[in-house]
Amino acid sequence: MSPAPRSVILPAPLPLDGGGALTDTRIAFETYGDLSPAKDNAILVCHALTGDQHIASEHPVTGKPGWWARMVGPGKPIDTDRFHVICANVIGSCMGSTGPASEAPDGTPYAMRFPVITIRDMVRGLVGLLDTMGFERLHAVVGGSMGGMQALSFAANFPERTARVLAIATAARHSAQNIAFHEVGRQAIMADPNWREGGYYDGDPPGAGLAVARMAAHITYLSEDGLTEKFGRRLQDRDAKTFGFDADFQIESYLRYQGSGFVQRFDANSYLYITRAMDYFDLAEEHGGRLADAFAASRARFCIVSFDSDWLYPTSESRHVVHALNAAGAPVSFVELSAPFGHDSFLLDVPALDRVVQGFIDG
Amino acid sequence: MAELRPDLAVIAAQVPRGSRVLDIGCGDGALMAALRSKECDVRGIEIDPDCVERCVARGLSVVQGDADRDLAFYPDAGFDIAVLSQTLQTAARPDRMLRELLRVGTRAYVSFPNFAYWRMRWVLMREGRMPVTRHLPVTWYETQNIHHMTVRDFEALAKDLGVVPERKWFFTDDREIGAAGANWRAEYALFELSR
Repeated sequence: MSPAPRSVILPAPLPLDGGGALTDTRIAFETYGDLSPAKDNAILVCHALTGDQHIASEHPVTGKPGWWARMVGPGKPIDTDRFHVICANVIGSCMGSTGPASEAPDGTPYAMRFPVITIRDMVRGLVGLLDTMGFERLHAVVGGSMGGMQALSFAANFPERTARVLAIATAARHSAQNIAFHEVGRQAIMADPNWREGGYYDGDPPGAGLAVARMAAHITYLSEDGLTEKFGRRLQDRDAKTFGFDADFQIESYLRYQGSGFVQRFDANSYLYITRAMDYFDLAEEHGGRLADAFAASRARFCIVSFDSDWLYPTSESRHVVHALNAAGAPVSFVELSAPFGHDSFLLDVPALDRVVQGFIDG
Repeated sequence: MAELRPDLAVIAAQVPRGSRVLDIGCGDGALMAALRSKECDVRGIEIDPDCVERCVARGLSVVQGDADRDLAFYPDAGFDIAVLSQTLQTAARPDRMLRELLRVGTRAYVSFPNFAYWRMRWVLMREGRMPVTRHLPVTWYETQNIHHMTVRDFEALAKDLGVVPERKWFFTDDREIGAAGANWRAEYALFELSR
């Protein structure tokens, strides 16, 4: 599938949690599968931190398949023969939606003049897109990791607009540990001499800093067992240690590869803004301190999924959401799936996840 | 659809159409599926992740969790009916579990294996060993059933808790039997309780 890239400019200013509003907000999106005549088969899928709208179509920069091509497509768990799947790039990002690399009204990139945004602001942007497309109510909103935060925020702030909410490997708040890892990444970017207070768009981007940020984050997406199984202490293309600082170990070489690949496709300032939005996320705080109150108005069915090897968004965070949903009387399913891949399990080959997603979406 | 176990069939027949039901220890969701066809709003709790996955894949609302711990997170009277089928004997504190049942539901159905069933007594008397039967198929050291009880024990507990059993059903060899001599004759029992 390779639909033409599409975007809209929201007709109204987008109010922001941090104050003010974003004008002429562009939202880039892709759709897959036909819309039913009754317009009742739309599923919004929310992407994770460095994801994009190319959920099941070739990435225009890397040429790789969509990030959830294994989940979304004809006959797949989110079946595009039955459902109209919408995936949009969040505001603050760099794949066509308005973000720090976009032109500000004065004709130069926003850079660090871009307002600090929140997960709820991203969701407002997505709802703005749905309004523009004429979708009153979704069949489901689905997301993993940061996408799951958006799905929960969507349920809390726009309770009438979806019948189902599926949140995978996520949390209703960012933990101190998660904020800490994000801060390491941000400091790596801001310490890069090319960063220049974010004003690098007329020169070289802070690629070294962004690569380090990606390397640190990537470790948090995997599990210790998965790393040990995949790499152990094996050496890369050599028989002996060099007693230097080359990538002697396979894991070092792998992380360097991940870091350098990321720099080709992602904007460093977007990384700063989006990680900040995740750090600020605390759904209970937005609703008077009690998470159950966030879901009080919702009539949607919920499904929460965690993975036993995910230490970035551990099962305890999902249970916290489930208990709040129970307290709010919401119909909720929850399962902790066993998978070896850590946080990244939601993107990888976990057949049990396919069955749960399909069962919940169809049910 | 596979035929329901007799105690579950009785519960499915008793629950009024459209009730809000919490099935604690719902297993593969057989009762939930039957109640859903009666337009009930039915939710489940199950500790075994494989069972939970199967339930969710069937479109049932089931939460993976430990009832001993997680029932506390459910609101008072959130359900018309709480169901605890063949699970009470696995609870850390069956007395507290029963209280919780009648806190979250206004009515409860509880079924449990009767340890005073004559085959049990026979094995204990003749072999002097803990019985392993069709309904209690796991040896004593690996069983999840940590609190064996009898029909009389359950009735005494209900009395201690100030709960009057509204109705009782008894089963042997997967058939319903009469109440006479149930403490000897019943392989397992089902009680309807209300606050």
